[in-house]
Amino acid sequence: MLGLNNKKDFTLLLVVAALTLLAPFVLNPFPSDSAMAQFNAGYPDLMQRFVIFGIFAVGFNILFGLTGYLSFGHAAFLGVGSYASVWMFKLLSYNIVPAILLAVVMASIFALLIGYVSLRRSGIYFSILTLAFAQMSFALAYSVLSNPKFNLTNGETGLQVYANDPQVFHRAGLPDVPHLFGLSMRSTYTMDVGAWSFSFNVGYYISAIVLLLVFYLAIRIFRSPFGMMLRAIKSNQTRMSYTGLNPRPYTLAAFVISGAYAGLAGGLMAAMDPLAGAERMQWTASGEVVLMTILGGTGTLIGPILGAGFIKYFENIFSKINDTVLHQWFAFMPDGMEDFMVFVIKPFVGKGWNLTLGIMFMLVVIFLPGGLVEGGQRLGKWIKNRGKSKDSPAKTEPAE
Amino acid sequence: MGILEVKDVGKRFGGLQALSDVNLSVKENSVHAIIGPNGAGKSTLLNCLVGKLIPDTGSVMFDGQSVLGRVPHEINQMGISRVFQTPEIFGDLTVLENMMIPCFAKRDGHFRMHAVRNMMADREIVEKAEAMLVDMNMADKKGMHSASMSRGDKRRLEIGMCLAQEPRLLLLDEPTAGMARADTNNTIDLLKQISDEREITIAIIEHDMHVVFSLANRITVLAQGTPLVEDNPENIRGNPKVREAYLGETA
Amino acid sequence: MDAILLQILNGLDKGSAYALIALGLTLIFGTLGVVNFAHGALFMLGAFCAVTLSKLLQLSFVTIDATKKDFLGNPLKVETPYVEAWFGPEIGASIIDWAVPLSILLAIPVMIAVGLIMERGLIKHFYKREHADQILVTFGLAIVLQEVIKYYFGANPIQTPPPDALTGVANLGAWFGFDLPYPIWRIVYFSFAALVIFGVFAFLQFTTFGMVVRAGMADRETVGLLGINIDRRFTIMFAIAAAVAGLAGVMYAPINPPNYHMGMDFLVLSFVVVVVGGMGSLPGAVAAGFLLGILESFASTTWATTTIPGINQIIIYVVAIIVLLTRPRGLMGRKGVMED
Repeated sequence: MLGLNNKKDFTLLLVVAALTLLAPFVLNPFPSDSAMAQFNAGYPDLMQRFVIFGIFAVGFNILFGLTGYLSFGHAAFLGVGSYASVWMFKLLSYNIVPAILLAVVMASIFALLIGYVSLRRSGIYFSILTLAFAQMSFALAYSVLSNPKFNLTNGETGLQVYANDPQVFHRAGLPDVPHLFGLSMRSTYTMDVGAWSFSFNVGYYISAIVLLLVFYLAIRIFRSPFGMMLRAIKSNQTRMSYTGLNPRPYTLAAFVISGAYAGLAGGLMAAMDPLAGAERMQWTASGEVVLMTILGGTGTLIGPILGAGFIKYFENIFSKINDTVLHQWFAFMPDGMEDFMVFVIKPFVGKGWNLTLGIMFMLVVIFLPGGLVEGGQRLGKWIKNRGKSKDSPAKTEPAE
Repeated sequence: MGILEVKDVGKRFGGLQALSDVNLSVKENSVHAIIGPNGAGKSTLLNCLVGKLIPDTGSVMFDGQSVLGRVPHEINQMGISRVFQTPEIFGDLTVLENMMIPCFAKRDGHFRMHAVRNMMADREIVEKAEAMLVDMNMADKKGMHSASMSRGDKRRLEIGMCLAQEPRLLLLDEPTAGMARADTNNTIDLLKQISDEREITIAIIEHDMHVVFSLANRITVLAQGTPLVEDNPENIRGNPKVREAYLGETA
Repeated sequence: MDAILLQILNGLDKGSAYALIALGLTLIFGTLGVVNFAHGALFMLGAFCAVTLSKLLQLSFVTIDATKKDFLGNPLKVETPYVEAWFGPEIGASIIDWAVPLSILLAIPVMIAVGLIMERGLIKHFYKREHADQILVTFGLAIVLQEVIKYYFGANPIQTPPPDALTGVANLGAWFGFDLPYPIWRIVYFSFAALVIFGVFAFLQFTTFGMVVRAGMADRETVGLLGINIDRRFTIMFAIAAAVAGLAGVMYAPINPPNYHMGMDFLVLSFVVVVVGGMGSLPGAVAAGFLLGILESFASTTWATTTIPGINQIIIYVVAIIVLLTRPRGLMGRKGVMED
């Protein structure tokens, strides 16, 4: 179906479709006035972040997961996408279609240029080169391209739409925020069912549909001869050249595709909130997408989406936890114990989220290189084997 | 004129003259062995043929065209395939996928973007790869992870992958190195079968005299970077110079 | 003439830091074959050794001086640092004043310990893993280290002044008959860096240990076959590289008030330095470090920044790209080193 002649792939697509389209329900399992409501995640802006970073990670995985080329500079393309979109808002109108198109095109062009140079080397060199390019793009956006003579990025403040911008296609009656032919990204329908409250946001659903489309495309790429060539490059470049194949155009194509995905994510980000800042291009942002991909499961289809969701969810939860919350949690303990627990946990929550992230990063790389997908498979196998008799040999399943 | 003509090739690494005045002519559809003691320059010569090294002097012509200055994948596309000393296969891929890649390379050239088409839907390629696996006696292994196979099977797969490209010249670099006797004999049989059944020229670098004399119909002896003698196996066996330079060592 | 000289001198302090970090990176890379993304964090830890020591030295106890009143009319609280109480006010004050140079004594054992723990506890297990995994795990470690520092020291830069005697400006040009004012501490920093670099090279050149390490960098397997325990030497090498980065950080504290993310800022540039110098080449790392530091300083002149705004921020990257496109192995890179 849909050209996916592998039944598992089709099921996977259906699962992702169901999860994203029903996310407002799935992510809001707790009544809105209960104590557990803080673990809800069905807010428009958080859900938007889930799918947008999902797109970013799915694209990154096409490069890293398939070819094994570890780029440390993909945030640059995301940033380029955001800047391109905001410029379209400034010049044309708040319609997101031209903005996102330009975001993808500009990010692809950037990826082509950076990839052309970086892919002349592989391994560590490649990682360092992409890192250097991304830092250079950050410096360009932060200061070089923001000066009175030539202000492309508006430096520290970030690029945004001002009242005196041309917006040549803007008409009265169109919303003054990003919209799709008049349908505002911010409009949200809230459904109240008993104690529960579910929000359906236009921006989220548009992003979710884009995610489904590009996820479908990623499945097709994974199953295509091109995808196989990329896996072959990761596996053995020597055999590749001695089979008469030139690895470089394949890796460059993968690089540009993943750059385009990043640009798309950047464009969508600007479409949700018409602002673009240089910090989106910093190495920390590049590191984050690497982490999402690895945490979920490098080279698997669903992994990057899981990783993105996982990280963005826990970022949201952890950042909200502060001293007061911690004291509430441990209030049942004797005073000394309570203070001790708060003291132990405090560095990892609130502003300490990055510390947790770093530790998680190390733990995953050390103990679970296959990420959550591998973890799930191991768990599944363990449960299966426990149920069965011991003589049935463990079947190795390809990671999906 | 042979299909492969090597003329006056020399290669120097710093102070070491690895090859000098190498002349070699490999006849079409022959099995040509290049033998010599360790350090005779066999591997250097092979690397000069496939574009991994560029000789300092001389010329290498394949089917009337120079291979010098071309990179490995271009030389491969001219019709030269190489089998490595330790099997070079795509270990992360299945056996069938391994076999499909050279089929794509043969049909589509060094780069072609089929990014959304399902690879298994390309019947032409799948059928060709499956037929090749049958030829190689590996049809039962097609779904296997290729890295988990035995060394002999990996070798067989690698040779099959090279043949799937329908090369005119197959270069083998010590194809039986590190193999058990049974595997060695299997490989000899396989290569014999290939040279009998296909229109193909085979050039083989080998250390094992058993392999050389069971396969080759022409032998070049290399010593200290330069060819000592080129003749048919019977004459090589009796040649005192060869005995001294090479066989003497092992005898 | 003196303007040019001034820019060269201005580039020396940053160049020294680049050179020292790049030297350690190259040592680790050449011996262990590991790219250490946490090396910048080691530089930062060094700088925070200086911060810690100067804070420790300023630990005080409070006494109430009833004879004096503060502006509210209450008895004046006098804070006396413990060191002043122990060693007498004068010696104590000068110990506090010289906190940064004294930190070297603290930094060496601390950084060696950190290096040993890192190598034995973490890096060791990654020798046989893919380069990507090595990069990722050290990257994770770098985040952890900097976040820990951020938790204890806060996000703001911490002023760490040099000793009074070494603050201020010296007129270097006076000897040659022209004006060339230059901060004394930067001269100290450069001399210190030169000393460390010289020490590392002398160590590698003239000791048996260094000889084995150099041989191991060239061909690890053969040296292993000689029955030499190369792994233990490499562990020590890692500790030395960590100490070098730490020392670079200690002495840099007065130039640039330490903050938790200074390590990453320097790391990215130091990588570029290593790539430009040529992976695996120690002289290349040092030369490229100074070269790029000086280049950056020239790009920071008003003339340069008015011609091309922000050129100082990107010049290093631009140079790196040009070098890589024209000389892919870097300025002094050897064939066969990291060719994959």
